[in-house]
Amino acid sequence: MKPAAFDYHAPVDLDEAVGLLGELGEDAKVIAGGQSLVPMLALRLAAVDHLVDLRRVGELRGIEVRDGALWIGAGMTQAAVERSAEVAEAVPLLARATRLIGHFQIRNRGTIGGSIAHADAAAEYPAVALALDAEFEACSPRGRRTLPAREFFTGWWSTALDPDEVLTGISFPRRAGRSGFAIEELARRHGDFAIAGAAVALELDDGERVRRCGIGLFGLGSSVQRAAAAEEALAGAVAADVRPDEIGRTAMTGLDSIPSDLHGPPEYRKRVGAAMVARAWTKALQEARNG
Amino acid sequence: MADTDVRMTVNGMVRRGTVPARLTLADHLRQNCGLTGTHLGCEHGACGACTVLVDGEAVRSCLVFAVQADDTEITTIEGIASADGRLSTVQSAFRDHHGLQCGFCTPGFVISVTAFLRDNPDPSDEEIREALSGNLCRCTGYQGIFQAVRAAAESLRAGSPAPEAVVPAPPDS
Repeated sequence: MKPAAFDYHAPVDLDEAVGLLGELGEDAKVIAGGQSLVPMLALRLAAVDHLVDLRRVGELRGIEVRDGALWIGAGMTQAAVERSAEVAEAVPLLARATRLIGHFQIRNRGTIGGSIAHADAAAEYPAVALALDAEFEACSPRGRRTLPAREFFTGWWSTALDPDEVLTGISFPRRAGRSGFAIEELARRHGDFAIAGAAVALELDDGERVRRCGIGLFGLGSSVQRAAAAEEALAGAVAADVRPDEIGRTAMTGLDSIPSDLHGPPEYRKRVGAAMVARAWTKALQEARNG
Repeated sequence: MADTDVRMTVNGMVRRGTVPARLTLADHLRQNCGLTGTHLGCEHGACGACTVLVDGEAVRSCLVFAVQADDTEITTIEGIASADGRLSTVQSAFRDHHGLQCGFCTPGFVISVTAFLRDNPDPSDEEIREALSGNLCRCTGYQGIFQAVRAAAESLRAGSPAPEAVVPAPPDS
């Protein structure tokens, strides 16, 4: 047995789950698919006194239109997201990102809520949620609240969720207008965490100007982040005048905690990140024009 | 740290146990059920040697605690051949195409490929390579494994379905 010993709880509904979390406090951690948490426990990078398993909590499942957005229960597996015709139609960026996550055996267990609440800086779903301005629903013993994606990711594996709060669902705006979406990443092997990547969600107006462009970066800091400088430069720009390599470079300005590891120093990651933004922009623009 | 009762159906047989929460499904299958065909390589989700089917879906049994698999249906490598020992189509293809060398990774590959071909009976070469990417072979025998998957797909399509192996379909989600 690799992980340190802990107590296991399998609440049957959300009330019981957040009640337990409130009672157990900081010593408890939520587990959903466990595809990130279990390796961390096995390697003893993390240790918990209590694991609260969400597998029996039915309120966390479902994919449906709610208030005009596509709501996806936090407990839906990545495989279920991948298979959903509704996701492919309404939130194509999410469907495309899913295929880049791990391997199919991982996606069979890993959940969308788990990916987002785990908040790995190199993960795809958090960057997609940022690019699309998704909204997260959370529940704690104090009640429910909604958090915008841009206020959610606060640093290395940390989020705006309180220790006794459970992420219950994510609302993604459905595609509308002349829009295009792309996600590009560089990884040494298929299924590895990306060295750097970018998710682009673009909407053009009838005059070929950028109405909205959200760019989510991953692998380029202590958390996923928006490419604020590039988004600003793009707002209202004539799409044909935008030079992809320039937008890529602009997207890399103001990044202050780019990781350095065996894959390369921050300067290398910046070059990769700029190239991924340029590629994703080009693909998204092509789709927006054709669509 | 109280132990927890678990009950699962493994290769068609009901197995009960009382396990510590930190016991992985892989260790439960090997130690408590005596099913040592499920191999453990890395024990942190990188190598795929421990892949089993949980309710029909291929998963890494080192990344699931036994308590999380309470009330599920499991198929391990021991449940892939038919009861009389006849190899499944996937197993035969691995044998025929030299899809194994030392054999350590083979149970994980066979389980993954069995689920993959059930869900995608006519895969492209690229899809096969992608499907194999979650399992590592330290002998690097990937060419033979790839040939085996292609051959297994062809014989399954030609109507030689896996013999009475216990391969439940996943529930509708």
